[in-house]
Amino acid sequence: MDDNIQFIDFPYEEVTFRTTLTKKFANRKPYLPPNPSKVYAFIPGTILKVHVKDGHKVKKGDKLLVLQAMKMDNLIVAHRNGTVKKVYVKQGETVPKRHLLIELK
Amino acid sequence: MSLRSKTTELKRRMQEAFQGGGEQALEKQKASGKMTARERILALLDPNSFHEYDLFVKHAGQDFDMDKKYLPGDGVITGTGSISAWPVCIFAQDFTVAGGSLGYMHAKKIAKIMDHAMKMKVPLIGINDSGGARIQEGVNSLAGYGEIFYRNTQASGVIPQISVILGPCAGGAVYSPALTDFVFVVDKISKMFITGPEVIKTVLGEEISMEDLGGARVHSEITGNAHFFAESEQECFDQIKRLVSYIPWNNEKKAEVFAKKAPKSRQYKLDSIFPTNPMQPYDVRDVIRALADDSDFFEVHELWAANIVVGFGRLDGQTIGFVANQPMVLAGVLDCDSSDKAARFIRYCDAFNIPLVTLVDLPGYLPGVDQEHAGVIRHGAKVLYAYSEATVPKLTVILRKAYGGGYIAMCSNHLRADFVFAWPTAEIAVMGPEGAANIIFRSEIKASDNPEETRKRLIEEYRQKFANPYVAAAYGYVDAVIEPNETRNYLIHSLTLALGKQEIPPKKKHGLPPF
Repeated sequence: MDDNIQFIDFPYEEVTFRTTLTKKFANRKPYLPPNPSKVYAFIPGTILKVHVKDGHKVKKGDKLLVLQAMKMDNLIVAHRNGTVKKVYVKQGETVPKRHLLIELK
Repeated sequence: MSLRSKTTELKRRMQEAFQGGGEQALEKQKASGKMTARERILALLDPNSFHEYDLFVKHAGQDFDMDKKYLPGDGVITGTGSISAWPVCIFAQDFTVAGGSLGYMHAKKIAKIMDHAMKMKVPLIGINDSGGARIQEGVNSLAGYGEIFYRNTQASGVIPQISVILGPCAGGAVYSPALTDFVFVVDKISKMFITGPEVIKTVLGEEISMEDLGGARVHSEITGNAHFFAESEQECFDQIKRLVSYIPWNNEKKAEVFAKKAPKSRQYKLDSIFPTNPMQPYDVRDVIRALADDSDFFEVHELWAANIVVGFGRLDGQTIGFVANQPMVLAGVLDCDSSDKAARFIRYCDAFNIPLVTLVDLPGYLPGVDQEHAGVIRHGAKVLYAYSEATVPKLTVILRKAYGGGYIAMCSNHLRADFVFAWPTAEIAVMGPEGAANIIFRSEIKASDNPEETRKRLIEEYRQKFANPYVAAAYGYVDAVIEPNETRNYLIHSLTLALGKQEIPPKKKHGLPPF
């Protein structure tokens, strides 16, 4: 075994092992519980149109914005009744996946 | 005309075709640090063994003035030869000819040499260096790819198929290597992706270099698409030659038996490699080396999912597929990637009559939301499927921890291991003493005046009673508890017995492994 390997403590159930991590494990993203008031981009793409402004009242099913991705115009609608707390994107903007688009309250 | 002048004419035509894309293009290829297609074949095969076919094939492009163009060999060199005197079929795409692009006749040449490999039942080696489909030939180049993929699938598990990525391999082209048994890549030369950086930028606005998207390191460490990583083309060819020495020509044969050699016992001593404390790490590859002939171990997927180790070695001269949990990485847990890696290797060994030796030391499966959501259930199930399905000799040695589902998955008696051995350090139980004591004695711990002390005492009691190989041995789930230094003798002896075994699986078209 290579003497230069730096081992770390790795808790597993109730035991702590001395081991190393894989890059993938070390870089894994922590889990965030879903927040129903935040609307995220489910795919990277371009904001084609924004239908609402801050403070707008929306009903379930109302149009929020159009996210164009992979040659498809995806209409994003409100999944519940509420008020638009903040719109985080502008028309024409390119957004990555999981980018925060709109927050409802 | 005399025979001599006819021969001269042949030689002139051959020389012309050997020029590939011409001197300038060949120089450019070399300047970019790459060998030419012809140099690669000659570097890989035994001297003077290469016999080329279809040198004078002409491309079939009719549109866009392609009919006026001469493309020597249509951008691919095909033929037969030998590696260490073992016959192989081979093709190498020539990037200097129209970017190695795949047209109709180019694909036909590859398909023909594949048919040849299947008919003669010899390994197929494909060297990929191509810009992709030849756009000018339209749907005919797509047809070409399809014909190759179909043949890759038909040949799968019949003849060994080896893919070498020595240049770009993009779009549909990546699926041929993905369908083959082993993929070799070389640092800074190999590039593989479905959609390249430019498309990603246009469609999604994400910027990334070719190297970071699908370079050799990415596929060796992150995706697992590549099995072998080399720093140079020469190193890559040496790896291929080594691999070929371990595997049989086809699924009806057994791998070549070599003269047996004792392990290098001074360098690899189990006493100094192996810590008995189950919390302490060690390199399980050293245990393999302490058991294998000449301490020789050829690792597959070395850089990917390193928490499990798979690869080839020999026992008594015979090729063995070793599968071992690696306590040095993530304590040796099974997770999505390591399950995929192990299952694929087990199925390879089973398809090509290579006995399996499994070394077990794992605390269980990796807990985590990311693992559960990535489908660790169906990934983990592949290991169970692969071991249960395998009919080659299966020998298992439990070194230390074998807990819960991990114990069952790692070629236990219940998945029809032929022999299961355990070292006296083995701990075979439904779960670790800490967890088990907390559940079994929950109320007793809670009711106690000093819960912490009671907990510790009960854990210790559980450990004494269950964290050992003797409970499993008492049920016959372990065939023998053995001294570690006796392991090689036991393996060689049981291998000799198991070689004659016959297991006839139930008749079916094919099973449905969870992939």
